[in-house]
Amino acid sequence: MSNRRRFAATAVALTLVVGAGAIGYATFLMAPKVRAAGNVGATFTLTDDRGEPITEKALSGHPSLVYFGYTHCPDVCPTTLYDMAGWLKTLGTQADGLKVYFFTVDPERDTPEIMHSYTGNFTDRIIGITGDPGEMQKAIKGWRIYARKVPSPDGGYTMDHTASVLLVDADGNLKGTIAYQENTDVALQKIRNLLQQD
Amino acid sequence: MLKPIFALAAFGLAFLSSSLASADDVKIGNLTISAPYVRAMVPGAPVGGGYMTITNTGGTDDRLVAASSPRAATVQIHEMKMDNDVMIMRELAGGLAIPAGKTIELKPGGYHLMFMKVAAPFLQGQTVRTSLKFEKAGTAEVDFPVGSIAANKEASHVK
Repeated sequence: MSNRRRFAATAVALTLVVGAGAIGYATFLMAPKVRAAGNVGATFTLTDDRGEPITEKALSGHPSLVYFGYTHCPDVCPTTLYDMAGWLKTLGTQADGLKVYFFTVDPERDTPEIMHSYTGNFTDRIIGITGDPGEMQKAIKGWRIYARKVPSPDGGYTMDHTASVLLVDADGNLKGTIAYQENTDVALQKIRNLLQQD
Repeated sequence: MLKPIFALAAFGLAFLSSSLASADDVKIGNLTISAPYVRAMVPGAPVGGGYMTITNTGGTDDRLVAASSPRAATVQIHEMKMDNDVMIMRELAGGLAIPAGKTIELKPGGYHLMFMKVAAPFLQGQTVRTSLKFEKAGTAEVDFPVGSIAANKEASHVK
């Protein structure tokens, strides 16, 4: 065995061990640390990015990924939507039954049109949701999302918000979360676990 | 048998480093601005993020007090941090301190420039001319090359 070949074999073995470790860890992590699973959710009547009404019923009958962010977000939100598009691509047909929702915590600025053009940049699988701020507040509170408007010195505002992706099962129960910048293998394993529960 | 793989890897690395090659450092007074870049913006996104490294080789503290660009109505200096699982972002009203002898990094997930009300989204391959006004060193004109949408996304790690 040449040194080079030995090196390659070692690299492959290491990758497998690390990968298996990450996946084991992901399985262990399915129980969310911050929130109690289940027992969250809310009734709401909002508008999807095509201008159609959407209610809490959209979150049952199939597993979902749910993310709360906003389009005036230079970093965390585009990165997360980009990651979500990547996960869907990797999972391919495995994720056919999965729905992905991007709720805006800034419904005052994020119109359905803005949400539509924004989400469409990443994948056509992400459904943008906006609507009446009071109704959105119900969804934010019900899903135990932290969202707060912070005035800027220039008279505008930014939003502080929870940056985790929620894993929701076919009964609309919260099963876990994916942290911002979660290791890709861990994130994928969490989604696979969610898909296997149905 | 593995030779082609190594060759390919070497080519990939060379390609990557060339595609990530940043503009030349910009020096103004005791400050060196290196590796500036902005992220490509998705159409419909109203804001863009700008990043760079600023090194103060002098003996006095300086401060980035303002920024502006013809591509944006305003450019703000922001701080971002994760508190538990909450993203917190603030405009730094007093600007960003660049202490003597220190290097301050503006990077995803931390300090950044926020380009507000960008009329034409930044597209990969363009450069975005930006003026950076420092309290002591004066004003520097810096060209920020546009990277990808997830440019320099920090390598994720198991938490």
